[in-house]
Order: sequence, then structure tokens, then C-alpha cells
Amino acid sequence: MENRPLEYDYTVAKMFMWTTIITGIVGMSVGVLIAFELAYPGVNTIFGHTIAQYTAFGRLRPVHTNAVIYGFTVSGVFATWYYVGQRVLKVSMAESKFLMFIGKLQFWLYLVVVVFGIASLIMGWTTSREYAEMQWPVVLGVTVVWVLWGISIFGLIGIRREKSLYISIWYYIATFLGIAMLYLFNNAEIPTILATDPAGQSMIGSWMQSISMYSGTNSAMVQWWFGHNAVAFAFTVPIIAMIYYFLPKESGQAVYSYKLSLLSFWGLMFVYLWAGGHHLLFSTVPDWVQTMGSVFSVVLILPSWGSAINMLLTMKGEWKQVADSPLIKFMILASTFYMFSTLEGPILAIKSVNAIAHFTNWIPGHVHDGTLGWVAFMIMAGLYHMAPRLFKRELYSKSIMAAQFWIQTLGVVLYFTSMWIAGITQGLMWRAQDQYGNLAYSFVDVVRDLHPYYTIRGVGGALYLIGFLMFSYNIVKTITTGRRVEESELQNASPMAA
Amino acid sequence: MFHWLEKHPFLFAVGVFVVIAFAGLVEVLPNFAQASQPIIGTKPYTILEYAGRQVYIHQDCNACHSQLIRPFKSSTERYGHYSLSGEYAYDRPFLWGSERTGPDLHRVADYRTIDWNEKHMINPEALVPGSIMPKYPWLYKDPTDINTAYATQVAAAEFFHVPYNVPIPLKNGKTTIIPLAPNLAAAHAMALKEAKAIVDQGSDKTLQEDVAHGKIPQIVALLAYLNQLK
Repeated sequence: MENRPLEYDYTVAKMFMWTTIITGIVGMSVGVLIAFELAYPGVNTIFGHTIAQYTAFGRLRPVHTNAVIYGFTVSGVFATWYYVGQRVLKVSMAESKFLMFIGKLQFWLYLVVVVFGIASLIMGWTTSREYAEMQWPVVLGVTVVWVLWGISIFGLIGIRREKSLYISIWYYIATFLGIAMLYLFNNAEIPTILATDPAGQSMIGSWMQSISMYSGTNSAMVQWWFGHNAVAFAFTVPIIAMIYYFLPKESGQAVYSYKLSLLSFWGLMFVYLWAGGHHLLFSTVPDWVQTMGSVFSVVLILPSWGSAINMLLTMKGEWKQVADSPLIKFMILASTFYMFSTLEGPILAIKSVNAIAHFTNWIPGHVHDGTLGWVAFMIMAGLYHMAPRLFKRELYSKSIMAAQFWIQTLGVVLYFTSMWIAGITQGLMWRAQDQYGNLAYSFVDVVRDLHPYYTIRGVGGALYLIGFLMFSYNIVKTITTGRRVEESELQNASPMAA
Repeated sequence: MFHWLEKHPFLFAVGVFVVIAFAGLVEVLPNFAQASQPIIGTKPYTILEYAGRQVYIHQDCNACHSQLIRPFKSSTERYGHYSLSGEYAYDRPFLWGSERTGPDLHRVADYRTIDWNEKHMINPEALVPGSIMPKYPWLYKDPTDINTAYATQVAAAEFFHVPYNVPIPLKNGKTTIIPLAPNLAAAHAMALKEAKAIVDQGSDKTLQEDVAHGKIPQIVALLAYLNQLK
């Protein structure tokens, strides 16, 4: 009994794998659509004038962001957790009926919440706060899902055989705690249905309406404390958890340095939360908060690069694998984009740069080199690594994977270069003066000049979406027609057909 | 110490939480009470303005339009005086936005009339050649949700003590009173009265007829909201 390898139960991991793929396709398609709405306003009514209010840019923008954050990314985090968690803790989900039940309950509830949440945003039931747009009934649903995930994490840890927690587990725990804290505080709001008017009547108006606990400047401060750190704890922390597991596993290399991982982990935890103020430079929040935000953003380079360098050096002496395996390529480019994005962020957080860059397209450019280049690349790499092990089949096609890699890389490069140029163009034209010291350009002059960059960005996004469809196809074909793998436990490099 | 922590998940989690939690306390709390004080001249929203603010949020105008003028010469020349903290005291939540795909709107009423906005929203390109803003024809048909606006207004008064029915100091030394309707029927009547004042300043005959017949299309509420942004 003791000598037999553990039979891990991947039921829940498989379920979340499907939602990762489906919400990824939905979220990215909407992204491409709204990118073209900015380039060609006629696209706003592409599905006809009767439903134009559901397809206009304003309505679909939160649909895009929420679908890729709470759909694609969070699904990816859950899918990898239900795979990685069991393996590094050396305990199978099958050993606990309770945890299995919690896992499945979490999935089905999550599915309901995501579908309802996305539908509610299409209806325009929004709080307007970025990435916290969903109204209070959805917030309650998200909270229950999150608590269930917490039970799952600490439950599995409670029955673990491996006493020492592997680095990935640190990051999953931090994801759970960080998002819980941020989400609850930022969504503190009172449903207006609870209000009683002077005549004593209550239950007036819509159930999908609330009033924030914070007003004005406070509201902004709490929102960007949340907004910035939601990026930290959804787009950075769990993705690092993934790369610390999948890169050493896929390459067969030990993590380069334990000390560097310690420094990066605790450094990241401490520093990240201070940096939210950089979203509010030159605004009405106190100057010292702005300065703290700016300074800590620059300090943040240290722990960020610590993790990234630790990953790159893990490949020391084994760089040949990067050339040979498209799967390793995804992960190495992901950590490279992570370095790139975490250098760009601090540059944007410097006050004098921010004076030009804030409110411009440089910002979505920055967001997307992080999310497309780092987050989505890493999640796809994780699922590619998991698929043969979950379904005991060889990956369907190495050449599709390689083509996908280059198509998506080209897409990301087109995306951020066009948005850089657009952003700097906006920043400089808005402030340009003529020889008499008057403003040189009207606002719409600048809008007109952005057209080519919006178009290039749309094309970049479309290439990325095509790559994601290739990924989805590859995974589906792996599951349905991939060659059966006989080994009970696959080592290192994932098997893939040419 | 770290080795030891890694074998004790509960204390590890406590450690992580402490490390991530206190930045928020240090940065957000100290100015909390002060930052939410209104300045002279800042008024709570009337019923129709609240309804308009809801329309603004419902259409996610804040995805493309900021409401924050930063203290740069180029910004103040384009949009007016830089924004002050107290001006946002009754904004729950704030609507600063983070993109200027379209221009800032914090003081739009200083340079755009009701008439201009009324003509603009139905077909932006006709007034501003090269504009990429979508057309919003449905706002001219769909009715305003006065019930929810009233509930929001009541909630603001009930839970956050927003000063309705009391004198509000104005910049010119005088005071004004923003009324809160005693019941739903009175709220509707109040909104309709405001709506009439708004459409009378515009030139759209259909809207004027609608209001005369007791209907308030969403655009009228939005115009009321935009018209107090100054």
C-alpha cells in the first residue's frame, strides 16, 4: 500500500479546465470586438441597431475585463490548484469525500456566478468601479465561491503527507487571502433596496443597485488599492505559483535558488500593497500617498525580477530545451514578459512619466503585455502540461503549438507597440502649445490621429485570439484523439505528437 | 524561521495576511474623515440628477470619459479649474475613470449647453467630425428609472446623512435647499418638474412633448446630470 504511487483525482481540475477555455474564448472575442469598435465606430452596431445598447463599447468593456479576469484567469487558477495542490501536498482528492464535494460545489456555483455575472454586465447592472463592476448579488456569489476555495485549500493542507509547503502553495495561499481582503473591502456597499423613505416605504426600485460605503476621494483610494492589488493577487501571485511548479516539472530542472524565492515571495507580499497610489498621481488624494505609491512601485522591481530571474536561471545549462519544446518556450517567454511588464509599470509610476502617460492608451498597452504575454501564456502552458496527465493522452500536435506560439507572440508585440505609440501621441498632443502658448490641438484632432494604432491593436488582438482558438483545438483534439499514454506517471517533458 | 513557517500553514497564512494588510491601513485610513468633506458650493444630487448619474453608469460612460482635471496648464486650459477633493463628497462611488478615449467631463457644463448635449448624443459625428463615440438613440426612447434613483437618494440620506432638506452654503454667500421627496409619488412629480426645466432649455420637440405627457426619457436625466458638472 505505502509503496504504490498515489492515484490523484483530477475531476475538479478537468471541470475548471473547460471553463478556462470557454471563458477565454468569450472574453478575448469581446476584447477583439471592442478593439475594432474604437478603430471603426460602425462596429458598435454590427449586430443591428435593435440590440445596439448591448454591443456598444461602454457596455462590453466590463464584459471583456470581467470575462478574462473572473472567467479565464480565475478558472485557470482553480484548474491548476486542483492539479498542483494534490501533487505537492502528496494527497489525493479521492481520499476525502468532503473535499471532493466542496470542490464540485465550488465549480457548479462558480459556473452559475460567472454566467449570471457576465449576463448582468451585458444588462448594464454595474457599480462602475473597474474590475469590481458586478453588483452586490453577484458579489455575494463570488464570496461564497471564494470561501469554498479556501476550505478546499486549507482542507487539503490539513490532510497533507508532505509536511513542508512547496513555494507554489505559498502563492496560492496568498492569492486566497489577498483577493478575499481586497474584494470585501472594495465591494462594501449598501443595496438601495434596503433603504426606507420618509413615508416608511422600503423595497423601492431595482435589486441590482447599490450605494458605495466610500465617497469621492476615499472611494478612489479604496478602489485603486483594490484595483492595483487585484492585479497583484489575480494576475501575478497565482501565476507565479504556476510557473514555480510547471517549469521545473516540464524541464526536469530544480528551481535555481530557494533563497531567491524566499526574498521574492515575502518582498512581493510586503511591497505590492503600497503601490496602488500610482493610479492616482496628481489627483485629489493626499500628496504623500501618491509619493508612497510611486516609490514603492519602483521598489517592486526587486521582488518581481527576483521571481522572474529565478525562473530563467532554472533553465541554466538546459537552454536547448527552449529551442526544442514549444511548451518551454511559452513559459520562458512568460517570465520574460513578466520582467518586461514589471519594469514598464514602475516607469509609468514615476510622476513625470505619469503626467504624460495617464489617461492614455499606453496604460491598456501595459496591461496587455502583462496579461497576454505573462498571464495567459502561463495559464495555457499550465494546461498544456496538465492535459496529457489528466487524460492520459499525448498532446495532439507540437506543430500547432509552435505555430500558435509565434502567432500569439506577434499579436502581443503588435498590441503593445501600437498602444505605446498611441499613448505617447496622446500625451504629447494634449499638452502641445502653438507659438502663442495656446493649445495646439483640439481633442478630436488627437482622436483622428489614433485610428491607425487602434487598427493595428485590433489586428494584434485578433492574432492572439486565433492563437487561443488553436490552443483550444489542440486541447480538445488531445482529449478526443490523442495517442494513449501507457505510463502511469509521466516524467518531465510532456509527450507530444509532431 | 521561514523553514519553520513553511511547516505551519496556519501561522504562515497569518504572517502573509499581516504583511499584506497593513499597507492599506497606513495609506487609506489617515485622511479618511477629512477627504470626504464637501467644500462650499458642493450640493447633493437632486432626484433627476441622481437618475442621470445612474444612466451615465449604466452606459459605462466612465469607460471612456474621465472626471478628474489634473493640475497641469494644458489640462486646466482645456477643461477648466483643476479638481478639488471636496467636490466629489457626494459621489458614491467616484467616477474619475482611467482612460480619456473621449474628453474629460468634470466641468463639461461650463462649455457645453443642454442643447448641444441633446443634439450630440443622438449622433456625435454630426457635431464633432471624426468622433468615434457611438450613437445613443435608445436614450431618447427608454424611460428613466425614477424609482431606483429615489431609492438611491433615500439610501444616501439614511445611511450617509447626505444633507437634504437643509440649507447648503453656496459660493456667492447665499444658501440653497436640495429637497428629498417625502414619498415615491412626490419624487416622480419632482423629477418631472426638473425634466421640464431641462427640455425647455433644449430644442428637441419630441422630448418636450414626452415630458409634457409625463414621460422622462433617459436622455433628459443624463442632460440634468451633465448640466450640473461644473
